[in-house]
Amino acid sequence: MTATDATTHGEGRSSAPPSGPQAAPSASPSGAPAPRPVRVLSFSQRLSRWDLRLSPYLYISPFFILFAIVGLFPIAYTAVISFMDWDQIRRSGEFIGFDQYVWILTQPKFWIALRNTFSIFLLSSVPQLILAMFIAVMLDKHIRAKTFWRMSALLPYVVAPVAVGLIFNAMFADQSGVVNGWLGFFGIGPIPWHVEPFWSHVAIASMVNYRWTGYNALILLAAMQAIPRDYYEAATVDGAGTWRQFWSITLPSLKPTLIFVIITSTIGGLQIFDEPRMFDQFGRGGAGQQWLTITLYLYDIGWGEWNFGRAAAMAWILFLIILAIGLVNLIVTRSLVRDEGARGMRPSRAERRAALRAQKKEVAR
Amino acid sequence: MNSRAFRRGAAAVSAVAAGAIALAGCSGGNAPAESADPNAPIELSIATFNDFGYSDELLQEYMDEHPNVTIVHNKAATSNDARANFFQKLGNTGLADIEAIEIDWTAEMMQYADLLAPVPEELKGRWLDWKEAAATDADGNLVGYGTDIGPQAVCYRADLFEAAGLPTDREEVAGLFTTWDDLFAVGAEYTEKTGQPFLDSANSVLQGLANQLEVTYEEADGTVVATENPDVREMYDTVIEKAVPITAYPGQWSEDWFASMANGEFAAMLCPPWMHGIIAGEAPEVTGWDIADVFPGGGGNWGGSYLVVPANGENVAAAQELAAWLTSPEVQAKAFANVGAFPSQPEAYEMPEVTEATNEYFNNAPVGQINANRSEAVTVSPVKGPKYFQFHEALNQAVTRVHDGLQSPEESWDAWVTEVSAF
Repeated sequence: MTATDATTHGEGRSSAPPSGPQAAPSASPSGAPAPRPVRVLSFSQRLSRWDLRLSPYLYISPFFILFAIVGLFPIAYTAVISFMDWDQIRRSGEFIGFDQYVWILTQPKFWIALRNTFSIFLLSSVPQLILAMFIAVMLDKHIRAKTFWRMSALLPYVVAPVAVGLIFNAMFADQSGVVNGWLGFFGIGPIPWHVEPFWSHVAIASMVNYRWTGYNALILLAAMQAIPRDYYEAATVDGAGTWRQFWSITLPSLKPTLIFVIITSTIGGLQIFDEPRMFDQFGRGGAGQQWLTITLYLYDIGWGEWNFGRAAAMAWILFLIILAIGLVNLIVTRSLVRDEGARGMRPSRAERRAALRAQKKEVAR
Repeated sequence: MNSRAFRRGAAAVSAVAAGAIALAGCSGGNAPAESADPNAPIELSIATFNDFGYSDELLQEYMDEHPNVTIVHNKAATSNDARANFFQKLGNTGLADIEAIEIDWTAEMMQYADLLAPVPEELKGRWLDWKEAAATDADGNLVGYGTDIGPQAVCYRADLFEAAGLPTDREEVAGLFTTWDDLFAVGAEYTEKTGQPFLDSANSVLQGLANQLEVTYEEADGTVVATENPDVREMYDTVIEKAVPITAYPGQWSEDWFASMANGEFAAMLCPPWMHGIIAGEAPEVTGWDIADVFPGGGGNWGGSYLVVPANGENVAAAQELAAWLTSPEVQAKAFANVGAFPSQPEAYEMPEVTEATNEYFNNAPVGQINANRSEAVTVSPVKGPKYFQFHEALNQAVTRVHDGLQSPEESWDAWVTEVSAF
């Protein structure tokens, strides 16, 4: 806001509050400040004023322009297509309202895909976070060759997901696979990895875990190292054990990082594609849709059946699901992990109420 | 926040975005520039997948004859990649002057036959009737230049046949498999005796049966009959009752299927010519493979490709000339000699490259002769509508569910009916 603007607004408000800025300064009753001398701005002054006002926007604009082209536009375009019976090749379509959404939601395959997606997501995210936390705590200890261990944790992340898929697919082959071979040594019968839904989810989740555990561990480790060591020293002096220190210092301090890790792994988990696609030779989620995930189904509708109207509707449904889960995640994580600002010093609710009562008594007396 | 400035900023952003969209829209509308001078230097691009047998020497031959032409050959790894690329760019820009099409998605492409340049009238009749029929649109325009075909025969392991007390001689084996019932009977006997699977996969039997039906899932006018057609149900029942018990795997191309092939687990396969190379490549250690000149129930074609010329290309006339040359009997006979892609032009069957061809891996079987006989035995040209492969894929999955023991035959059939009713 410039000075002129502010003055105009101020005068308007002082004279006739409801009429707002339209009230011209000349209409103000007597007693108003004397009319200011008219200032004529030179071009260069004007230029510097614009510079001041617009430059910040200009500097951040590349991102937003790029985002509008490659982010906002496709999202909007997808929304438009999702209401149409769209022919991708002739680039034309007929508006049919919510039919595509209805079609998707009435497909048994969709619900199976939803089940599979959540099953794989849970089977991957939960063990992954626990394991990542464990690895991070271990790496946070005083160990020899720190960099070596840290780099090793990150190594699987370097492998391309499709390569992981190919390798694990060969390892998890029902008859000729290495995994069933190992299990055979322990007398565990061959597990039908490509037949039973649960086992296929375990196999796929193991690919995800293989790739992402180290990555999450390193992020958590970075956050752990930012925790001031004084807390631990003080806690040790107070007689808190390792476990107690972890629960009361480490975990609460990791809250923002945990939220980040959980939300990214939620988004990643719900969009899981490469691993199930590489899980058999057809990439269509199995004959009985055992490992069909939402994105795999979306891809199949779009690029398998060339029905982009349905695929677009599907994409929007997925978008809404992720949004909803993300919010739920945020709320749950916030309430589970206590606020870092009042690390352990925040009184419990009962204590706060007791304090309040004491205060009231004080006042009453 | 200063809302006016924000609005202005937003307007600027949207203006830029709109400009970008308009730009993107414009680039699609370039009219094909026909060069008036036939000798002006031009570059022709051709996009194929896997290996069509169009070696650099072969293309150089054409360039020597047409000094103004430079050919750029792009190979996609798989036909799926080629399919995705083709449909993404069809009706737009970015396609090569000549694109290769696999028979599996030819029906899908035929919906857009008007976006392709038709094959000149004088070339009609060069290919087998059923090869031409599959690429001819409702108005009688042929849009695909046939390259190779996949007439199926039966490949068998002479050593395993001998061990099971079956004949091993090519001619005698051919006598065993004239009908599907014979095949299933021999298979059941073999499996009972040895405890080993006879055929590789149940879905290859389904494929063989389906390609002998004129109408499977859709009629010629586009009416969907998939769930009512008694032939489909019969085919399904046959596969479930007779093929599933004697096959090793539900479908082909899985890790286990390849491993099984390398170990020499099964005794026979229904095999089109392009499968020869796969068997020889995957199971170099296995000896005893041979080919019998027979296919149950007559003939059957599996696979094969076409070349098409997108109508909005820059050098349509020159591309048509090259496509015609590439699919001439002489050149296809050479392609066969190169990679074993069997020609779809009957004239080529008289040429020495074909008649004299033998395959060392398959006990020196006269593959040229066998394939020529097998392609002449193909009498049915199946009607394949745009959704044919979706229906067929879903039925493959139904058979797989039964093979894997996930569902009973009846449940699996019902699931298939539900699924395809939603297409």
